[in-house]
This record gives sequence, structure tokens and C-alpha cells, in this order.
Amino acid sequence: MTAALSGKEIASQLEEKFPGSVEESGQDSLVVKTDSLLAAAGYLKDTEGLKFDYLNYVTAVDYYSYFEVVYQLTSLEHNHTIVIKIRCYGRENPTVPSVIGLWQGADFQEREIYDLMGITFEGHPNLKRILLWEGFPGHPLRKDFNQ
Amino acid sequence: MEVSSDREYIYTSSELDQQEGQLIEEIKASAREAIPDPDAWLDEEIKRNILLTTVDAVVGWGRRYSLWPAVCFPACCAFEFIAAEGPRFDLARFGMDAMRATPRQADLMITAGTLTWKMAPVVRRIYNQMPEPKWVIAMGACAISGGIFRSSYSVVPGYNRIIPVDVYVPGCPPRPEALIYGIQQLHKKINKIHVIPDLPQFLQKGKQG
Repeated sequence: MTAALSGKEIASQLEEKFPGSVEESGQDSLVVKTDSLLAAAGYLKDTEGLKFDYLNYVTAVDYYSYFEVVYQLTSLEHNHTIVIKIRCYGRENPTVPSVIGLWQGADFQEREIYDLMGITFEGHPNLKRILLWEGFPGHPLRKDFNQ
Repeated sequence: MEVSSDREYIYTSSELDQQEGQLIEEIKASAREAIPDPDAWLDEEIKRNILLTTVDAVVGWGRRYSLWPAVCFPACCAFEFIAAEGPRFDLARFGMDAMRATPRQADLMITAGTLTWKMAPVVRRIYNQMPEPKWVIAMGACAISGGIFRSSYSVVPGYNRIIPVDVYVPGCPPRPEALIYGIQQLHKKINKIHVIPDLPQFLQKGKQG
């Protein structure tokens, strides 16, 4: 069974390395500030003892006042896992950095989030719609979507 | 006939004449029998092997029992089709055992599943690639009207918006029995098709000009 690491412990490690990077931390997850996501993710991936080398999934949630992008990371070496989240405010053009440089598997899932939720991933090499067609009006998984 | 050893010839000329007479009488007698009809043996065979029918009936029969389905299974109704294809329901009874991986060799499309707008051009292309004559069975609620996904932003509300449909099989999903009933309805439809089209008007008798 994969061990779920405590969000608080990881958060304290991140705070030590990158002060001010953690927004919130809980028992099983932590919320990272959007602009320090890449630094924190790179740290989680490469640090000895953490080695989160596998990205289980990327997904996104619409909370009306903000979007939350959720990453579940797993270390195949140490068999432990953690969920990290970032929040982006504003519905007009929400933008978060792409983690495709760290985990190749984020490619299609980031495109799916862009397609259905309308979140732009900066640094994604091929960010275009994947499930719907070019010219589809709006992003259907947003809570305020009406066809 | 007893022939004594002191005779100069084996047969006397009168005996030869008698023999000749006998021979002629035999031939004459046998020639009086009725000559057997050389075609008599045919009668039974003709009765057994030659049927009179119409071109429509024969061609319709051939088409009905060699429907080759194209692979067009976007969703879960495909499993009911696979069950129908399998040994328990055995679509091979209707000559439908040859699933064609290319639409160019198929003449029936069983649309088993929900169709999304993204997939719609692909299905229309498959349909266009099938050679005439071709038929379409809309299998399941999604294929008929979009089913429970009808109000979704991404689902086509029925295959008949994309391609012409011949038979509708309702159900979610329909049981293999329902699909087979639909196929039999299609058989009836195929049977009604006139293979040879009507002559053009100017070639029809009494309808000149």
C-alpha cells in the first residue's frame, strides 16, 4: 500500500527551502502558490528521500471564486504519495505554469483541462483542444457553462 | 442343327436362306417396339432442380443472407452486438459472421453507441465509403435520439442527423433478441427492393413522348 505523506510535513520542508511558497496545508494535501509551483514541483521530484518521479494525474475544480488545479504525485522508489494544489483566481483568463517539463504525462491532461475548464498552461508546447473541436463556444465543465 | 460329315458344304443354300429369313424376322419384330424417348430420364431431374422465380426474389435473398457489418461501435451497445455475434445468438445464421474491418467490403452499418459531434465526421466518412447497396441499423436509445445524453453539449441527438437510417432498435442497450428482430425487419425491407429499375418513360410501351 502506498503511504500518503502528511501535507503539513511536506509543507514545512517546502517553507524551509522556498519561504512563502505554501498557501495552506492540511492532513493529506497542501496548496502551493501559483508562481512557486515549478520550483516546488522540481524540488519534490529531485530531492533525495522524496523523489516524486511519477505524476498520477492532473485535474481541476471550479469553486466559482477560484479554480483549483490538483496534482497527485507518487514516488515509485519510496512508494509514497502526496496531493498538491494550486489556486488561480479570476475567471477571464486563468493561467498556471505547465509541469510538462517535469512529468511528460501531464501533456494530454493539461490539454483536457484547457479544453473543458479553460485554464491556460504556460509553457505547454501544444496547448489546443483535445476532446472538443476548434470553435466550440466556452468550456463545458465550468460551473457557469450554459449551452 | 445336326451336320453330317459327308456334306460338301456346312450349310446348304436353302438353309442359309432360312437363316437369313429368321434374322430379318427378328430384326423386324424388334423394330416394331416403341423407341425409348432419349429425354425421358430428364423429367425427374427437371422437377427437382429447376425453379421459376423472379430476379427480385433471388437477388433480395442473396443480399439478405450475406449482410456484412462494418465496424462502427462508438460505445456500450457494441457488447450486446458482440453477444449477438457470439455462439449463443449466432448471427452467422443470417450470414452476418463476417465482420468487415474496412467499410469498403461492408453493406450494413450497425451503429452501436453514443455518437459525439467530434466523431460525427468519422461516422459519415465510414458510411460514404461503404459501397451501394447499403443499410444502417440504429441500435439503442443513443443511436435513435441521443438517449440520456441527448441534452449534452457534445452528443449528436440521433444518427439520422448524420446518415440515413433504415431500422431503429430501441433499448438501453437492446438485448441480442431485439437486435435480431431488427435485422429481420431489415431483411423484409431488403426483400421489397426492385433490383431492375423501371425503364425510362420513352422506352415504355404506349408511353411515347
